[in-house]
Amino acid sequence: MSQFAKKDDDRDEDEYSPFLGIEKGAVLQEARVFNDSQLDSRRCSQVITKLLYLLNQGETFTKVEATEVFFSVTKLFQSKDIGLRRMVYLIIKELSPSSDEVFIVTSSLMKDMNSKTDVYRANAIRVLCRITDGTLLTQLERYLKQAIVDKNPVVASAALVSGIHLFQANPEIVKRWSNEVQEAVQSKAALVQFHALALLHQIRQNDRLAVSKLVTSLARGSVRSPLAQCLLIRYTSQVIREASAYDQSGERPFYAFLEGCLRHKSEMVILEAARAITELNGVTSRELTPAITVLQLFLSSSKPVLRFAAVRTLNKVAMTHPMDVTSCNIDMESLISDQNRSVATLAITTLLKTGNESGVDRLMKQITNFMSDIADEFKIVVVNAIRSLCLKFPLKYRTLMNFLSNILREEGGFEYKKAIIDSIVILIRDIPDAKECGLLHLCEFIEDCEFTYLSTQILHFLGVEGPKTPDPSKYIRYIYNRVILENATVRASAVSTLAKFGAMVDPLKPRIFVLLRRCLYDSDDEVRDRATLYLNTLGGDGSVVETDEDVKDFLFGSFDIPLVNLETSLKNYEPTEEPFNISSVPREVKCQPLAEKKSAGKKPTALGGPPAGPTSTVDTFEKLLSSIPEFSTFGQLFKSCAPVELTEAETEYAVNVVKHIFDKHVVFQYNCTNTIPEQLLENVVVVVDASEAEEFAEVATKPLKALPYDTPAQTFVAFEKPEGIPAVGRFSNVLKFLVKEVDPSTGEAEEDGVEDEYQLEDLEIVAADYMLKVGVSNFRNAWESLGPDFERVDEYGLGPRESLSEAVNAVINLLGMQPCEGTEVVAANSRSHTCLLSGVYIGNGKVLVRLSFGIDSSKEVAMKLAVRSEDESVSDAIHDVVAN
Amino acid sequence: MATSARRDACPAIKNLLLLDSEGRRVAVKYYTDEWPTNAAKLAFERSIFAKTLKTNARTEAEIVMFENNVVLYKFIQDLHLFVTGGDNENELALASVLQGFSEAVTLLLRGNVDQREALENLDMMFLCLDEIVDAGMILETDGSLIAGKVATHSIDDGAPLSEQYLVRPL
Repeated sequence: MSQFAKKDDDRDEDEYSPFLGIEKGAVLQEARVFNDSQLDSRRCSQVITKLLYLLNQGETFTKVEATEVFFSVTKLFQSKDIGLRRMVYLIIKELSPSSDEVFIVTSSLMKDMNSKTDVYRANAIRVLCRITDGTLLTQLERYLKQAIVDKNPVVASAALVSGIHLFQANPEIVKRWSNEVQEAVQSKAALVQFHALALLHQIRQNDRLAVSKLVTSLARGSVRSPLAQCLLIRYTSQVIREASAYDQSGERPFYAFLEGCLRHKSEMVILEAARAITELNGVTSRELTPAITVLQLFLSSSKPVLRFAAVRTLNKVAMTHPMDVTSCNIDMESLISDQNRSVATLAITTLLKTGNESGVDRLMKQITNFMSDIADEFKIVVVNAIRSLCLKFPLKYRTLMNFLSNILREEGGFEYKKAIIDSIVILIRDIPDAKECGLLHLCEFIEDCEFTYLSTQILHFLGVEGPKTPDPSKYIRYIYNRVILENATVRASAVSTLAKFGAMVDPLKPRIFVLLRRCLYDSDDEVRDRATLYLNTLGGDGSVVETDEDVKDFLFGSFDIPLVNLETSLKNYEPTEEPFNISSVPREVKCQPLAEKKSAGKKPTALGGPPAGPTSTVDTFEKLLSSIPEFSTFGQLFKSCAPVELTEAETEYAVNVVKHIFDKHVVFQYNCTNTIPEQLLENVVVVVDASEAEEFAEVATKPLKALPYDTPAQTFVAFEKPEGIPAVGRFSNVLKFLVKEVDPSTGEAEEDGVEDEYQLEDLEIVAADYMLKVGVSNFRNAWESLGPDFERVDEYGLGPRESLSEAVNAVINLLGMQPCEGTEVVAANSRSHTCLLSGVYIGNGKVLVRLSFGIDSSKEVAMKLAVRSEDESVSDAIHDVVAN
Repeated sequence: MATSARRDACPAIKNLLLLDSEGRRVAVKYYTDEWPTNAAKLAFERSIFAKTLKTNARTEAEIVMFENNVVLYKFIQDLHLFVTGGDNENELALASVLQGFSEAVTLLLRGNVDQREALENLDMMFLCLDEIVDAGMILETDGSLIAGKVATHSIDDGAPLSEQYLVRPL
């Protein structure tokens, strides 16, 4: 009630509302007129309107109230007033009576369904179908079938739309109407055709052949309604998706129909067709071109909706086919100043994806003007797009970094600032040249940063990166300012950062100690504690000595104990004479769902802890492996490959393998999951047959003691191989174990088990496993600096290929190297392509590769491969990989 | 997969809103459970109203992405009309619904399109929403047909369209 009372206050005199001061109780009283013997139909309509108003404003009726209103409303069926009847229909739908009340109105509604008045028929159908349940439906079926082919389109639509809703709960009944629905598809009324087509597809959706037939027959052009035509396009795309085969002419089936729709007179249909084409699986440039042409025309439309739809579609295309969208760049640029900010943002992010290196500066200038007047959510989108642009064109880091620092200084909310900071951090990490100016921008930002979280994250990052720069001292001022000016959280974090500089940079030590000593009198205990700890461990008692590796490791080393394990151990610790021993905490990662690990690897959380990002998985693996004594002598882990599944999905035991490559060894880590609740597996090992991998010799196996249900665990097998040689081979695997039955009710396993084994898929060590994907920011500089001493050039014929880009990707995958400067994308229709790759070969040799491809009319691909590296044998090895 | 959801489905309308110049409800209708409570609905209305308030959507319908939905809107005098559809919806299909909505409202209010007139003919506004969309399915997009269906009843009643029930003291 309060909201109505409030309305009285803020409505002015002249803002008169007929519902001023309306109250539920009073309206419910008024509803008694429905029971009068002499019905005043106008009055009754008014009361219903008031009831609807209350419901629409969010007022709720109690069960009793609703029932009472419903019963009295049913009395109004006596009235012959059409207007009143329509209001009655409406309120019945709004009240949604329960199934035990519905019977009161069914006979009246069924009478209306057969009435001569079209309005009655159409509405009675809609109401009845809304409130009815399955049992009543069989009685209605005959009338509904008639209504579907009723000559009045309103009645036909009402029946068809009701059919669409009823299909959810009663598909069997609705399926029986198929003949009538088919007839309605041929209706002359546009909307009837639309509704009939939707229902017909729903009836046939599980029958591929029938859908295909439906599409084929209608594609010939009997559909008049634009909405129905849109549906037809959707169904056609579905058929195309499911029928992968091309016909003899090499044309995609139905492509001609989609392309024909691009010339339809309704813009709605054109848009739908263009979008359908852009979303085709493996769409080619030739197929895309006509769709992009019509979308380009939409870009200059006077209607914002059309511009939005076009730019949104092109934006999506630009993610996969940037080269095909470049033809729209000029139109896109004019959209940067579009009134509609959504359109402008989409235009900018599209341009950032399609633009070339030379256009970056001009684009940035335009964006700067634009940034000031859009909302934060749009700005974040732009910032993310700029980050990817910068990674694509590392040479432009100066312009882009400046842009980021400029917008960092302007007003903005937390999410926006965080997006900018994240971007700067990623750029610093990936583009070495950008490090110093990036760090200084961050320093300036924390001088005036209102977000504690961001300040502490930046301080931590400074502590990691700052000491490695040529002149670490210039950051100290910014950091110490935090100790003076900020809140306790930031101060504590600044103390840690200072200490890190002290530990890493010996010449700075005396000055750092002075600063840290001042912190001993801080008002906050955490700050004081940290300062004391660092002073004591770093030797701040006067003697300036080189800090011990152990101390460094203790203070700043990565914390290699899983926090979960530490937490459990601490909880279990009973306060006794014996102090808590951290080495007693188990290091084995107990439960590590693979999905989580994957997502952590994919999404580099820019600011999270010590070198996060793509290396984090390697870090975890490295820790995991070094914690196993058998493998601790293998030395530095070179590479851990992405997991390869060795079982099909949904088998009894799910196993995947991670290959860890060392200089002289290879370790297979089998991640096993037992998916049978009634089983406990013990002594799980993988028996590897390396007869097809001659250069490998098995040296160690680490069995898994127990594998309970749904708890992933690992078993390992290690092989020795000749040092430095990229030995390849195929390994066949058998999982062996002892099965013990588990009583599901108690969870206890039986004493005795049975030996069993389980065949796994083979796994291979390939040449790409010895290559680490490491990008370079400036390929040409890197190429020049490696020099031609160990350059090896040769030409290869790759035979007939589907397309140039397919050939390029095949070679990239074969070598397992990182494509640089976006050269993995092959321009549409081009006959030649140059691709630049970089990587680190086992033995830590830097390798750069320049690939030149050419394709002739018969699709024969030839390739020139130029390799530069620091070692002749490495260059040769790369050629061997390709030659084989 | 998002695309398949989009491809196989009918264009669906999530809500139709008719708000006044201060963002208060005149008549609204929701067709999904995306906003389960009245409070959630009000919050949606408030934020979309605030977000679009400063734009000029008088001559041409405007469009905005909002909370993973596409919202089309148009202002006529002091009335604000909104149509919401899913992220992947064909914008022009939604535009045709908005077009029908605004034409029908204009016809029903006989050109006197303002919030007071709309409130005084609220029964017609409710009927109008009811004729445009049925439980999310587009029922009719032609403004004059929608208005025709709403208005028939008053005519059959013998009362002219201009006659307003609610002007009489309640």
